[in-house]
Amino acid sequence: MADIMTPALGESVTEATVAKWSKKAGDAVRKDEILVELETDKVSLEVAAPADGVLSEISAEEGATVEPGALLGRITDGAVAGAAKSSSPKVAAPSSTPVPVPAGELQPEPTPGKAPPTSAPIPDTSAPKAEPVLAPSAQRIASENNLEPAAIAGTGKDGRVTKGDALAALEARAKTPAPAAAPAAPRAVHEREERVKMTRLRQTIARRLKEAQNAAAMLTTFNEVDMTAVMALRNQYKDVFEKKHGVKLGFMSFFVKAVVHALKQVPEVNAEIDGTDIIFKNHYDISVAVGTEKGLVTPVVRDADAMSLAGVEKEIGALGKKARDGQLALEDLQGGTFTISNGGVYGSLMSTPILNAPQSGILGMHKIQERPMVVGGQIVIRPMMYLALSYDHRVVDGQGAVTFLVHVKDALEDPQRLLLDV
Amino acid sequence: MAPYDVVIIGGGPAGYNAAIRAGQLGLKVACVEKRTTLGGTCLNVGCMPSKALLHASELFAAANTEFATLGIEVTPKLNLPQMMKQKAESVGALTKGIEFLFKKNKADWINGVGKLAGPGKVEVTSEDGAVTVLEAKNIVIATGSEPAGLPGVAVDQVRIVDSTGALTLPEVPKHLVVIGAGIIGLELGSVWRRLGAQVTVVEYLDRITPGMDAEMAKTFQRVLTKQGIAFKLGSKVTGAKASKTSVTLTYEPVAGGAAETLEADYVLLAIGRKPYTEGLGLESVGIETDKRGFIPTDHFKTSAPGVWATGDVILGPMLAHKAEEDAVACIELIAGKYAHVDYNLVPSVVYTAPEVAWVGQTEEQLKAAGRAYKVGKFPFSANSRAKINHETDGFVKVLADAATDEVLGVHMIGPQVGEMIGEYCVAMAFRAASEDIARTCHPHPTRSEALRQAAMGVEGWTMQA
Repeated sequence: MADIMTPALGESVTEATVAKWSKKAGDAVRKDEILVELETDKVSLEVAAPADGVLSEISAEEGATVEPGALLGRITDGAVAGAAKSSSPKVAAPSSTPVPVPAGELQPEPTPGKAPPTSAPIPDTSAPKAEPVLAPSAQRIASENNLEPAAIAGTGKDGRVTKGDALAALEARAKTPAPAAAPAAPRAVHEREERVKMTRLRQTIARRLKEAQNAAAMLTTFNEVDMTAVMALRNQYKDVFEKKHGVKLGFMSFFVKAVVHALKQVPEVNAEIDGTDIIFKNHYDISVAVGTEKGLVTPVVRDADAMSLAGVEKEIGALGKKARDGQLALEDLQGGTFTISNGGVYGSLMSTPILNAPQSGILGMHKIQERPMVVGGQIVIRPMMYLALSYDHRVVDGQGAVTFLVHVKDALEDPQRLLLDV
Repeated sequence: MAPYDVVIIGGGPAGYNAAIRAGQLGLKVACVEKRTTLGGTCLNVGCMPSKALLHASELFAAANTEFATLGIEVTPKLNLPQMMKQKAESVGALTKGIEFLFKKNKADWINGVGKLAGPGKVEVTSEDGAVTVLEAKNIVIATGSEPAGLPGVAVDQVRIVDSTGALTLPEVPKHLVVIGAGIIGLELGSVWRRLGAQVTVVEYLDRITPGMDAEMAKTFQRVLTKQGIAFKLGSKVTGAKASKTSVTLTYEPVAGGAAETLEADYVLLAIGRKPYTEGLGLESVGIETDKRGFIPTDHFKTSAPGVWATGDVILGPMLAHKAEEDAVACIELIAGKYAHVDYNLVPSVVYTAPEVAWVGQTEEQLKAAGRAYKVGKFPFSANSRAKINHETDGFVKVLADAATDEVLGVHMIGPQVGEMIGEYCVAMAFRAASEDIARTCHPHPTRSEALRQAAMGVEGWTMQA
C-alpha cells in the first residue's frame, strides 16, 4: 500500500486546494501517473501516483484544503479480478514516502490590459518524471496531434498506452469542446511562420485568464480623472519629498491611496465569491502591475491602508526592484485583494483589464493626455486620464462600480479628501 | 513423513513444469510419473521424437532434391536405424535434463502409478507393486492425454499404429495411410513421405487442419500435395483390417456414396487426443469429468478442495506449451500469487516444411464474432532471405482491429515460421497495433522482415511487394 501525500508546496505556502482528481476511487493507476492537481494562490501542481495499484481511497476531496504532508489518498496493490484468493504483493515503491513531484508551476497574476507575463521570477521546477510508456503507434498519434501522453489512459499491459487508447483519446478530445480548443491536427507552418511550443507556464496563463473570463460576470465601467491637482501637489513637494523619504513621489501612491479610500466606501469591490458565500476582506492588499524584462508581474503592497504615501512608494519601488532582479518570492505575489494595472506607461488610452481571480475588481490606469475640458463654462486644457474598472457583476452592482470609480476620481482630483477621509 | 505442499500426478510438460515452479517457490513438492523417464508424451513419444525425425527427414529430402540445385551432388542413402538411434539419444538427453532440473529445484520424482485416494492423499503403486500413500496439501492432476481411438480401427502398433507407433516404424512404408489430417498426422505423414513412402491422408472433414485459418489451410494443403501427399477429404473411415503384411482400409464419402478401400502396409490413426484420467481415482474426491472426459476447472481449481488440474486433462488447446503455462499459473495460484493464462495467445505450430504457425484469432473466428478487421499479407516469394534460400512457399497474414489497429491474429506459412511467431505473441500480449510492428526495425536480410511487411500491409503501406 502506498499513501499519496501532499508534497511540499514551496516556502511560506502553508496550504493548497485540491483542484481536480483525474481518477476515481477504485480506478487502477500506474506509478507516476498524474492523479490529482493541487492549487495554491500562485502555483498549481500535479501529484503523481507513488506506486502501481488501485486508488482505494480519496482522503481529500476536490475543494478540500490540505497542508504539506497531508494524506490525499491511498493506493493499494493492484488485484486483478479472477485471480488468487490472496494475490500476493508484487509491489512497488516503499509506502508513505512523500510524492516526489514538486512540479512547481507558477501561476502569475493575469495581467490586465497588456498581454500576460511570459515568465516569472520563480523558476518552473517541474521535476523530471517518468513518461508514460507509449507503443510506437501511440507515440506517433500523440505527437502528431499534440496529445499529452500523461492524459491518455493506458489499457495495455501494466497501463501501457496502446494505439487504440491513443485513438480513443483523440476521439474523446474531438467530442468534448476542449477548453483551449486545440486543433485536431497542427496546421502546416508556412514558410514565413515559426511554430513555438507554449511553455507550461504560458499555457497555464492562457487557461487562467480564460477561466477568469468564464467564471466572472465581468464588465468594465469608465470614468476620467483630471490630474491637475495631483500633478500640482507632486510638483510642489517632489524635491522635499525625495529628500526626506529617499524615494520619488510618483502617481502610483496616490492611486493606491485613492483605491483604498474607495474600497472602504464600496466594500464589495474588495470581496470575493466563495461558493454561495461572499467573503469581504477588511484588509487592503493591492496587487500592482510591475513591468519586468520577462513580462508583467503583480506583487502585492500589503496593508496599503496603513501606509503613508512614502511607504507605498517605497514598497512599490522595492517590489519593482525585486521583480526586475528576479528576486520576487512566492509570497510577494500572493494574497492581493484588488489590482491596479497601469497600461498608461505603454501609452494605452483605454483598456478593459481582465480580473485577477478571485478578486472582484481591477483598476486600469491610462496615459495622461492634455485635452480640452469645459470647466465653469470655459474650455481649458487639462491633463486627463481615463480610468477603467473591470468588476465581477456577480458581487458588485453597477451602482457600486460607478460609485467606486467616482470615489477614486474625486480623491485624485482633490487629494485633500484623502487627508480628511471624506 | 511431513505432508507435501504439492503432489503432482504426471511428469509431462504440465507436471514437470509445475514441479520445477513449485520448487522454485520453495514449496515441498513431489511429482509422480509412471514412465521410467520424465517428460511425458511430449518428450518421450510426442513433440520431441517427432521433431527429431522431421529434422532428419527434411535434410534427407533436401539432399535428394535441393542439393543438386545448390551445386552439391550427393546420392543420399537412408540409414533408418541410425536415424532412430539419434532420435532416441536426443530424447534420452532431454529426459535426463528434466531429472537434473528436478534435483536443482528440490522436487522429488516418485516413479510409479499415481492415483487419488481421497482428500489430500495420493496413492503410488511402483513397478514392483509396492504401494505408498503421499500426504499432500495440494494435488495437481497433470495426467495429460492419449491418442483417441476410432471404432473399427484397432491399433496394434504393428501395422495399425498411433502417433507413438509411427515414431518407431521398422521400415519406410511403401504406402502409409494416415487417418486424420490434423497436425500430428500431417507431421508424421511428412516424415515418412520424405523418407520415400507413398502417403495418403484420409480426413472426415472437407478441409485439413481444423482450427487453422481456412486460407492458410488451403495453402498448406496445396504445398503438401506438391510434396506428394494425397488427400481424401470428406471421407469417413469405417474400418481397417490388418494382415501380417498389410492393412485394408475401408472408407466412404461423408456426403454419402459407395464405400471404397485403400491398401496400405501401414496405417496411422491420428484423429486427435483425449484426456487421460483412467484409473486416476477421481471418484475418491468426487470429481466428475465432462462428456468428453475433461476435468472441469475454474482457474485450475477442480470441484474438490485442494485438487487442481492442468494441461491436456483440462479444456484448452492440447499443446505442451499451453500445459506449461497452465502449470506455472496453477502453482503460482497455489502459492498465493497472481496468475493468468490467456488461451487466445497460445500459439500453434505445425512443424512440416514449410511450417505453419499462428496465434490469436482466425478470419473465420473474427467473422463469426462480427468483429471488423483489416488484413495485411506478405508472401515469402518477395522476401529476400527466403528467395535466396529457395524457400518461397507461403506468406504471412496479419489481422488487426479495423478501429484500434490492435493485432488480433497472425497466420504464417513458410520456412521455419514457428521460430518467428513468438514475436507476435509478445506483441499481442502487449496489445500492440499492427503499426507498432510496422514501425519496429527488423534485421535485413531475414525472413522476419516478412512479419513487418505484412503488418505494414494492414494499413496499406507494404513497401517490398
